[in-house]
Amino acid sequence: MTALATPEFEAANEKQKRRRGLLLALPSYLYLIVFFAFPLLIVVLYSFATRNRFGGTDLSGWNLDSYARLGEPIVRTILFRSLGLAILTTLICLLLAYPFAYFLATRGSTIRNVMLVFVMIPFWSNFLVRNYAWRVLLGNDGPFSQLTEFLGFGETRVLFTPTAVVIGLVYGFLPFMILPLYAAIERIDGRVLEASRDLYANGWQTFRHVLWPLSRSGVIAGSILVFVPSLGAYVTPEILGGAKTTLLGSYIVSQFLEARNWPAGAAVSFVLMTVMLGATLVYFRSGGRNL
Amino acid sequence: MSVAKPRGATNTALGLNAFVVYLFFYAPILLLVLFSFSDDNIVGRWGGFTLDWYRDFGENDEVQSALSVSVRVAIISTLISVVLGTMAALALERFRFRGERVFDALLYLPVIIPDVTMAVMMLIFFTSLDDLIGLQVTKGFSTITLSHVAFSISFVSIVVRARLAGMNQTLEEAAQDLYATRWQAFRHVTFPQIMPGIAGGALLALTLSLDDVVITQFVAGPGSTTLPVYVFGLIRRGVTPLINAVSVVMLGASITLVLLSLLAQRARGGSDPVA
Amino acid sequence: MTRRTKKLLGLLCGLALVAAACGGDDDASSAAECEVGQTDGPLAIYNWTEYMDPELKDAFAAEFGVEVTEDNYDSNEVMQPIINAGGSGYDFIVPSDYMVSIMIEAGDIQALNRDAIPNLENLSSEFASGLPYDPEGTYTAPYQWGTTGLGVDLAVTGEDVPRTWGLIFDADLATQYGLDGSYATLLDDPRETMGAALKYLGYSLNTTDEGELSEATALVNEAKARVAAFDSDQYDELLVTGDSAVAHGYSGNFLFQFFDADNPDQYTYFVPDEGGTRWIDNMAIPHDAPHPCTAHTFINFLLDAERGAQLTNWNYYASPNEAAVPFIDQEVLDDPIVYPTDTSKLEEIEDTGDFETNFSDAFIEAKG
Repeated sequence: MTALATPEFEAANEKQKRRRGLLLALPSYLYLIVFFAFPLLIVVLYSFATRNRFGGTDLSGWNLDSYARLGEPIVRTILFRSLGLAILTTLICLLLAYPFAYFLATRGSTIRNVMLVFVMIPFWSNFLVRNYAWRVLLGNDGPFSQLTEFLGFGETRVLFTPTAVVIGLVYGFLPFMILPLYAAIERIDGRVLEASRDLYANGWQTFRHVLWPLSRSGVIAGSILVFVPSLGAYVTPEILGGAKTTLLGSYIVSQFLEARNWPAGAAVSFVLMTVMLGATLVYFRSGGRNL
Repeated sequence: MSVAKPRGATNTALGLNAFVVYLFFYAPILLLVLFSFSDDNIVGRWGGFTLDWYRDFGENDEVQSALSVSVRVAIISTLISVVLGTMAALALERFRFRGERVFDALLYLPVIIPDVTMAVMMLIFFTSLDDLIGLQVTKGFSTITLSHVAFSISFVSIVVRARLAGMNQTLEEAAQDLYATRWQAFRHVTFPQIMPGIAGGALLALTLSLDDVVITQFVAGPGSTTLPVYVFGLIRRGVTPLINAVSVVMLGASITLVLLSLLAQRARGGSDPVA
Repeated sequence: MTRRTKKLLGLLCGLALVAAACGGDDDASSAAECEVGQTDGPLAIYNWTEYMDPELKDAFAAEFGVEVTEDNYDSNEVMQPIINAGGSGYDFIVPSDYMVSIMIEAGDIQALNRDAIPNLENLSSEFASGLPYDPEGTYTAPYQWGTTGLGVDLAVTGEDVPRTWGLIFDADLATQYGLDGSYATLLDDPRETMGAALKYLGYSLNTTDEGELSEATALVNEAKARVAAFDSDQYDELLVTGDSAVAHGYSGNFLFQFFDADNPDQYTYFVPDEGGTRWIDNMAIPHDAPHPCTAHTFINFLLDAERGAQLTNWNYYASPNEAAVPFIDQEVLDDPIVYPTDTSKLEEIEDTGDFETNFSDAFIEAKG
C-alpha cells in the first residue's frame, strides 16, 4: 500500500473495498439466491413431507420419517461403497492429471493452448455415446480383451465389473482435475523452481517443497470437482458396471423416480449436501494444509 | 510467464504420461468415429463402409433441431456463467464483504447437489412461480439456459479461484500506483493473468452444458429437446451410429474452429493468446 | 424482528402458497367440449422415443393444417412428474397401464370426450372396456401393447430350450443350458424384475404380501451370481453382440433386433410358461393441455383402421385396434412374438400404492 496511509485513509479505503467486493459478488449472489437457494429450500421442505398413496407428495403432516430411513444398514453399505469408489477415482485422476498439467504448463504458449483444448474436445461429443464406446472397448471380444490376449494375458472380461466403473469415472472426470491443476501450475514463477535446483535440491525435493505447495489450490479445487460428482454418478456405473450394486447416485434416483418417494429422495440429498458442504468448506479454508 | 521446463529424463517421462492420457481420451473417440461409417445398426458390429448415417443426419429434422438447441444453450449459458463466475471468484479472493461466508458456501452447493435433485427442484420452482408471484413461465429454451447457468457459475468460479489464489498482486498494485484506473489495471494486468483460469472455466461450463441430460429433461418444454435428451430417449430402441455421426460432425466443427482461431492469432502476430 | 427472520418468513409464506396450489388440482372430471375433427391449435406430442411413425405426424399436420411437434421421454417415471407439475405445454402423452391409474388419481390427465372420438369403436372388445387401470375408458384409449419375457441365444443354450424363468432363477437349469458365468441380463426395473421372480415362484406380480416379496428378493439375490447386468435399455443389443445369452426384456425390442441380426433364427423370444407381464401403453391428454381438441382429433386419427395398422407395421408392437387387422402385414400378424397365442398367463402391472416403496427397497436389497 502507499506511504500515505493514515488511519482515516485506511478505514475509508477498507470501506470502499468492502463495497466493491459486494458489488462484484452481487450479480452471481442474487442469481444463485433466486435460481438455486430458493428452489433448494422447497426441496428441503419436501424432505419433511409425506409420500401419498399414488406417489405424489402431501405437503402436510410434517415428519422426520424420511430421515429415519437413513439409519437402515443398506444405506450405510451404499454410502461406504460409493465413498470408496469416489476416493479411488479422485486419486487415479490426480495421479494422471498432475504430471499431465505440469507437462502442459511447461510447453510454449501456443502448444499448451492447443493441447488444453484437445483435452476437452472429446467431451463435446455425446456423454452416452462415449459411455457406449467404452462398453464396446471393454466388452467380450472387444479391443481391450483382444489386446490382453495378444499380450499373452488371456481374454479379460472387464465390462460389468467394478474396474470398468472406475475406468469410466476416471475418463469422465479427468478433465475436471486437469483444468484447475493447469490453471494453478501455470502461474508458478519458473525462477522459483530454478532457484530450488540451484540450491542443489533434487527433483523430488523441488516437487515436495516448492512445486506441490505452490500448486495446492489447484489440487484442492480439482479433487473437489472430481470427488463430489463421482460420489453422485449413476449413468456410468449403470452402463459400464451393469447396475449390479447400488451406489449413492442410483439410490437417490431410485427414490425420486422408481419409488416416486420425493420426501425420501430429498432427505438423502439434503443430508449428503450438508455433509459434503461442511467437508468442502473445511478442506478449502484450511487450504489443504494436511496434504 | 512460463514454468521452467523440466530436464532430460523427467521431461521424457512427463511426455510419455501425456501421450498415455491422450491415448486414453481418444481411444473411445476413435471407436466412435470408426463406427459412424459402419453399415450396421449396432455400434460395435462392423457392417461395411457407408455414409448413410451422415445422410440420415442431413435429413433428420429432429436431430438437427436438438443439436441447434444444445449449441445455443451451451454458448449462451457459458457466456453468462463465465462473466458471473469470474466476478464471484474475484470478489471472494480479493475482497472482504458482508455475507462473504454465506456466499462462499452457496457457491459450492450447485457442485454438490445430485443431478436428479436439482432437476426435481428446478421443475417445482419454475412451475410454482405462477402460484407464487403470478409469473407464468413457458418451459423451454430460457428455463434450460437459466438452469445451466445456475450450476455452471460454481464450476467457473472454482477454476478461476484456483488461479487467483496466492497469485502475485504486486503487478496490479504497481499499475495502480502508476495512476491506472481500476478498470485499466484489471483490463491490462489482472485479466491477462487470470485468463488461463477463465478459459479453463469456460471449457468446463461448455462441456457441462453440452452433456447435461437430467436437469434439462425436467425443465424442457415442447420443441426444446436438446441433443443429450434426444439421445437419452433413443437408448430404448438402440443408439444407432446416427448419433456417432452427429458427434463426429460436432468434433469436426470444434476442431476446425480451434484451428481457425489459431491461424487468426498467427495472422495478428499473436501475443499471449486466449487458451 | 430482525431482517433475516422477516426474509425467512416471506419465503415460508411463499412455500405455503405452493402447498395450497398443489392441493387444488384442476378439475379433470369434466371432458373438453370438442367436435369431431375440431382443432384448437398446434399439437405438442410427448411420447416414448421411436414410437410414432413420423409419416403419421406429417399426415395429420397436412390433413388438419396444424403444426405438430414431438418430444420424447424414456420412462413413465420421468414423464409423470413433469405432467403433474403443470404447465408442461404438452397436448398428448402415452403413459403405460399402471402409470395411468397413478395419473388418474393424481389428477394429471383429463377425461376424454368420447363423442369427439368416434373411432373408439374400432378397438377390440378386450381393449374397449374392462382394463384394470381405466375400466370404463374414461381417461385413456389404448395405443399399443406387448409383453415382457426372455430373449435367448439358441447358439448357447441349444434349440431345445425350456420356456421357463428357471433359465435365470434356477442354478442347475442355468448350468445345464450353458448359462452359468454371468450370461444373463435382467431389467433394471423393480416391478418388472421382482415381478419375474414372483411369477417364477407362482405368485401374482402385483402381490402386496411381504413374505412373498422377500422370497422373490432372495431369489433375485441368488441369481445375481449369473447376471451380467441389470439393464433396461440395451439388453437386446447385448444379446446379439454375444455379451449375454439370455435377456429379460420387452417383446418389440427383441423382434426389432432379431430382424437385423446376421442369423435371425439364432435367437428366440418367449413369455415363460409361469407367466409374464403384459403392458399396454395408452393415449391420454394432460389435465392442462393447451389444445385439448386437437389432441382429441389426433387420438381419433390414430384409431383409424389404416393408421393403426401403419403404426404396428412401423414399430412391431401389437395393436388394440380390431379394424386395423386386415391392414397389418401378415408376417407381423403371424409372429407369436408380437401376437402371443396364449394370453391367459399374462398379467398387467398395477400400481400397488404404498407398497411401491417395498418393491423398490426389495430390489435394492436384492442387488446388495
